[in-house]
Amino acid sequence: MSTAPSLELRDLQVQYTVRGIKKDVLRGISFSIAPGEAYGLVGESGCGKSTAAFAAMRYLPRNGSISGGQILFEGNDMTTMSADAVSNLRKSAISMVYQNPIAALNPTVRIGNQVAEVFELLGESESDALKHATEALTRVQIADVDSVMRRYPHQLSGGMAQRVVIAMALATNPRLLVMDEPTTGLDATVEAEVLDLVRDLRRETGTAVLFISHNLGVIRHMCDRVGVLYAGSLVEQGTTKEIFNNPSHPYTVGLLRCIPRGGLHKNTDRLDTILGTPPALGAKFDGCVFVDRCALVDDRCRTSMPEAVHVEPQHIARCFNHEKAQSMPRAIDDVQVTVSALANRPTTGTRLLNIDHLSKAFTQEGRTVRVVNDVSLSVGVGETLGLVGESGAGKTTIAKLILGLTGSDSGSNVVLDGKTLAATLSKRDVSDVGAMQIVFQNPDQALNRRHSVTRIVSRAVQKLRGLNSNESDDRAHELLSGMRVEASLHSARPSQLSGGLKQRVAISRAFAGSPQLVVCDEPTSALDVSVQATILNLLVDLQKQDGTSFIFISHDLGVVRYISDKIAVLYLGRVVEFGDSNQVFGGPHHPYTEALLSSVPNIDGSVRKRIPLAGTVPSPSNPPSGCVLNPRCPRMAGSGVEGLCTTVEPDLKEVEPGHFMRCHIPFDQLRITQQK
Amino acid sequence: MKKYILNRLGLSVVTMFIVATIVFFLTHILPGNVARRYLGKSATEDDLVRFNTKFGLDQPLFTQFYRWLRDLLTGDLGTSMAFNKPASELLLPAIGYSSRLALMSFLIIVPLSIAGGIVAAMYRGKLVDRILTVGGLSAAVIPEFVWAVTLILVFGVTLEVLPVTAFPTRGDPTIFSQIEHLILPSTALLLVLFGYIARITRASVIEALESDYMRTAVLKGLSRRRAVVTHVLRNALLPSIAVIASQVPYLVGGLVAVEIVFNYPGFGTILRDAVGGRDYAVLQSGVMLTSLVIVLFQLAADILFAVLNPRIRSRISE
Repeated sequence: MSTAPSLELRDLQVQYTVRGIKKDVLRGISFSIAPGEAYGLVGESGCGKSTAAFAAMRYLPRNGSISGGQILFEGNDMTTMSADAVSNLRKSAISMVYQNPIAALNPTVRIGNQVAEVFELLGESESDALKHATEALTRVQIADVDSVMRRYPHQLSGGMAQRVVIAMALATNPRLLVMDEPTTGLDATVEAEVLDLVRDLRRETGTAVLFISHNLGVIRHMCDRVGVLYAGSLVEQGTTKEIFNNPSHPYTVGLLRCIPRGGLHKNTDRLDTILGTPPALGAKFDGCVFVDRCALVDDRCRTSMPEAVHVEPQHIARCFNHEKAQSMPRAIDDVQVTVSALANRPTTGTRLLNIDHLSKAFTQEGRTVRVVNDVSLSVGVGETLGLVGESGAGKTTIAKLILGLTGSDSGSNVVLDGKTLAATLSKRDVSDVGAMQIVFQNPDQALNRRHSVTRIVSRAVQKLRGLNSNESDDRAHELLSGMRVEASLHSARPSQLSGGLKQRVAISRAFAGSPQLVVCDEPTSALDVSVQATILNLLVDLQKQDGTSFIFISHDLGVVRYISDKIAVLYLGRVVEFGDSNQVFGGPHHPYTEALLSSVPNIDGSVRKRIPLAGTVPSPSNPPSGCVLNPRCPRMAGSGVEGLCTTVEPDLKEVEPGHFMRCHIPFDQLRITQQK
Repeated sequence: MKKYILNRLGLSVVTMFIVATIVFFLTHILPGNVARRYLGKSATEDDLVRFNTKFGLDQPLFTQFYRWLRDLLTGDLGTSMAFNKPASELLLPAIGYSSRLALMSFLIIVPLSIAGGIVAAMYRGKLVDRILTVGGLSAAVIPEFVWAVTLILVFGVTLEVLPVTAFPTRGDPTIFSQIEHLILPSTALLLVLFGYIARITRASVIEALESDYMRTAVLKGLSRRRAVVTHVLRNALLPSIAVIASQVPYLVGGLVAVEIVFNYPGFGTILRDAVGGRDYAVLQSGVMLTSLVIVLFQLAADILFAVLNPRIRSRISE
């Protein structure tokens, strides 16, 4: 093998043709990945990360074309290769792992056959290919390989499907592996497992990796070098350590500042944002691409494109003012929310919401599935309760039960501001409905595409406050402006807005009835970090002004930690730990919480020993006996109470003032074992 | 799976009952005194009474409905008033002829439309796509009887390459002469249905071509053609099955018009005569048989869809 890099992009330019007009997507990016090296690409959505990833596979969408530059694989230019030659490379030398693994698998073909196809393409007989497929799946640590081989994609969990895709990608020992957001959408615990797996396999095979992620923590843990993409330009590049410790482009600095890192809390810290949004596809620039959002911009930046400057031998930044980047002024959006006049203040004491013995059982094929099991929680006035746990833990179901979108079982009790609420929405009166609202994860699906922004909010105002249409339109404008949706956008349809603006509209709608409690179900999961920061800031402001309480659901523990006063950790429909944010995050933790927290890759680069959870979440239709965590519990073995754990379900006990846990292991013992 | 099929079967029975109810009462809304019409102006009151008693027309409407349903279930299709013989003797041979035409049309329409849809999808935006989609749609907006007449004028009368009737009139009909006679009527139906089926096929093939799993297949190193054959078609043709099943009623409706134009002794012709002649039993039983065919096709499509779609299959086998 020559010493040529596994992959080298040389001044690569890619254009998309949109309605007959060619638009620049990649504006001459260059980087190279040495054999065995892992290179990370970061940036907001729409900056060209995925285009770069697919270009490395010599794959572009139908309207995409390479307008200049080269893609060299081991020194051979893929842009001039024949289609057959490219296919041959894809068969054996380069492969890819995708963002949405379930969609990446053919829904009508069994997993075994899909994996075996990789080997069949190399000329193997069907039986050999199937044998090798079994081996490939075993290599990615899939338990019960034979059963998985016979399944269809929809019968797999997201994590399992991603293992299958990785198995397929690594089947032929490729020399270059392209991973496009491989863990986005997976639970933190599953993400950690997948990343560990990739790391181990890389050690084994020495494959070069191009790793795309919007999650800077993941990049920091996985990559040797990092490139930062903005508007199709590589604005900074260097070793991971350099980029994270000595960022020298204002965009990189901004990205890093937006992230709610461990330790930050809404009461003490306001999140930085990057003002504005990334430029539209194909925007033209005379100078620097970041000029519109940069805090350090001067005349030079507007007129000429900065050359790449070597900050360190291995570290380049395209910025005239790179020395000043780290000391650039903080970008904090000053929101003036003006809805307090209509705030709907609770009338009874400091406890707004009390949930007692909330349960929900579904009957599925004659079996009872207890999705939510005897959950008791409370939310104070002006307080945020964070709900965390793996998918399937019952977070969203609890939210739906509280809102009455799903009727809770008898014996459940939801009391809002001293008033016991009916189990279902249809039996609640309008003021109850207005008092509790929800913001969904995906504003695209939550907002009516055919209605204007004003109409969406105004209808809610009409329904919830009984105003006539003129009054409600006025109120809608007021709300929208309060949420910083400019007046010029009020008559737009949701599809014309960016993700962040759509979420602002969704929040305006939720606040139409002056709610006392708003449930936020993963409200920032679909957004870029910079937009996430502005939305979190907005929520915090609303809370400060109106005393609104939130129930905040997120799989991003950093976000939950930042915004929550109280945290409830859920597992299999049960609250396993509940307490103040700093108690739950600071420890001693419930063994499940401990494992959950340890699986999050830290942005500050500190290495924390991962406490793995064995196996997968059991089915709620057939929960384990005793403590439901016992088959996976990282702390049960050697605790001295194993007999109890496997036979008796522990109660939720108060282990210190305000801190509750459902665990047989004594609190002091947990404290000692977790300090080790 | 068994439960699913039983469920669908049950639904089909309910559908048939609803159709029966509607058919029965609708035919009885047709104006005119039936007995008077058949027996002529010279018939006496006694004759009319006798006629009504013979065909049960003197009974209350609901009794007539009950008896008719009961007879249908035992396979008795009633008696034709016009020909004074069992309706089954008229309908069954006619159904035989119609099935032949329908089968021939089906065999031409389905593969051609699907192939057209696939080609249009693969070359989307290109000239061949434009021709297929625009042409298909334009052809579909012209009613089948207009097509039938046009085809007769062009190929039968002007060019004289194909027979103008759908039924061999001279000599012993061989299988080839029968097929030759069925080409024009089938083409008339093809022209009407092609556009619709091809469009849906095109849309679902495009969806599958743009899917993530197709991308996976290409990035595995499959050639485009192999990727289309092994990964796209099965997924893309699933929706087409449903669409084709939904087109069966139109095919049947079109059949009626085409048969009349081509002077073909199928049940379309029989039904037309039955409407004109207030021949209740033939009309009702004919419509019921047609509905049965459509419902059975729908049932078959549902089951086929479930068999081919693992997602539905696993849901219903749970």
